[in-house]
Amino acid sequence: MTQPATSLSSSPRALRARTRRVLFNRFMMLSAAGALAFAVATLCWVLGTLIARGGGALSWALLTELPNPPGIPGGGLAHAITGTLLLTGAALLLGVPTGIAAGIWLAEFGQGSRLAHTVRFLADVLMGVPSIVIGVFVYGLLVAPLGSFSALAGAVALALLMLPIVTRTTEEMLRAVPVTLREAALACGCPPWIMVLRVSVRAALPGILTGVLLAIARVGGETAPLLFTSLNTPYWSFDPLAPIGTLNVTLFNYAMSPYRDWQQLAWAAALCITLAVLALTIAARTLRRKRS
Amino acid sequence: MKRKQLPDRAFRLATGFSAATIPAVVAAVGVMLAAGATTALLRWGPSFLWRSQWDAAHGEFGAWTALCGTLISAFLALALAIPLALGVAVFLTELAPRWLAGPASLAVELMAAVPSIIYGMWGLFVLAPVLSEHVEPFLQHTLGWLPFFQGAPTGIGMFTAGLVLALMVVPYIAAIARDLFTMVPPQVKEAAVGLGATRWEVVRAVVLPHTRIGLVGAVILGLGRALGETMAVTFVIGNSHRLSPSLFAASGTIASTLANEFTEATDELHLSALMALGLVLFAMTFAILALGRLLVGRTSAQGGA
Repeated sequence: MTQPATSLSSSPRALRARTRRVLFNRFMMLSAAGALAFAVATLCWVLGTLIARGGGALSWALLTELPNPPGIPGGGLAHAITGTLLLTGAALLLGVPTGIAAGIWLAEFGQGSRLAHTVRFLADVLMGVPSIVIGVFVYGLLVAPLGSFSALAGAVALALLMLPIVTRTTEEMLRAVPVTLREAALACGCPPWIMVLRVSVRAALPGILTGVLLAIARVGGETAPLLFTSLNTPYWSFDPLAPIGTLNVTLFNYAMSPYRDWQQLAWAAALCITLAVLALTIAARTLRRKRS
Repeated sequence: MKRKQLPDRAFRLATGFSAATIPAVVAAVGVMLAAGATTALLRWGPSFLWRSQWDAAHGEFGAWTALCGTLISAFLALALAIPLALGVAVFLTELAPRWLAGPASLAVELMAAVPSIIYGMWGLFVLAPVLSEHVEPFLQHTLGWLPFFQGAPTGIGMFTAGLVLALMVVPYIAAIARDLFTMVPPQVKEAAVGLGATRWEVVRAVVLPHTRIGLVGAVILGLGRALGETMAVTFVIGNSHRLSPSLFAASGTIASTLANEFTEATDELHLSALMALGLVLFAMTFAILALGRLLVGRTSAQGGA
């Protein structure tokens, strides 16, 4: 078997061609490795910067105090941390049940119908619509008619961003549930809706949870849709119809400000947001891994 | 029998209603933006698209500079991101030893998860100074005769925006490309190896042709993301309404214009012009995403068959 190959490659021309191919292969593969190294190096650079600049500003005051006026060092972002948690929580309440129900419909009832295809496609489109466009939309929907920027508008904007993510993951996870399980339940005389809730959804629950975690991670880092919905405020606010301070918008305003103390707070906020988002992403990934 | 079916129907209706919110939202976004943009569109008609003035003080608005800024920054980002993303995907699927593939995939996923505002802040405070002190003077020194590299190397402008956008798009395209590459049937690849192909030749002759359509789709989806990216760009692009051939000059995109001016727009015409910009962006991303989904979906269907 090897005889002809040896005789072929022993001719000097074939040998040269082979060497060139091998060298070119090595070059391309090194480039591929280089691309990954470059990407990882950038990630490390970004995270390293955050830890170096934001780490120093982490303190107990960050979690418990309000920001100081410029020129007075110290202060915290307690109101913004609370605001972000409140908005994300409200968005969860609005977006997740709707998303899960929509996913159930797609997987269990809509299936291969034309309507289901359209919904699926539009969910994918909605996932890619720039978040600032969602912000403009909610401004027109809630801010302009109500006459004021409000936490409610911010929560709706975030919920709209969550909706397609939760819908699509829920559907995918439900489709992975074996048909035999469903048939068994139906054969036992179980009404379809109980079958869906207690068999399908229960089996797919870890996967659905992954989708919810990913949706929170995505929304937690969003700033653009909040700029002109929930606006911002440097004070405590619990009124759903008034502007509310969030970590992201505060970070934007303070980073763009000329004051060093505020920029310091912005770095601390950046570190908090990134750690939270990355932790959620890793949690979602672990959950998915465990399942498969 | 009838009474038993009632909860079933209610359940079906409730979930169907939830599913219907998705098309309703997409339609409502389009209608709302179009309604908001009426004043500006009635005033200028389609010429709004190619009018290059943007002067809030004199009530003159046109989308041209922002539209060009959006397209230039997105294509610059893609030009830089495509080779990198393909390299990453090839490494992950063809080269990485088992112990490395997991952590490397995780790194790519985390890179995609870092919020855009963080990239923006890092770009403004860390990357821009590096670019203005080292990279931009070097480019000016070597390629300064080109119109693209004229002007003061401030580190703030189109060049930095494109670079930051590229970094954000790389993990996105790489993740889709990696999934596509793993769908190539191993038999075909093994056949190529059996014929004496090197790893690169396998990638070029088997993997890339097999996933071609999907890869185009992945790039288009990356483009959709780059077009609408707001916070990262707003930090580093300099936010100006002038169009300059130089990549080092301050510029603006539709998204950055919206982010900067929306809360400050007091008169109706300004607000309406901003809504019209939003409508242009929405229409663009809608078309691009539709195309991208179609292409990625087609390859997946092929791979599954």
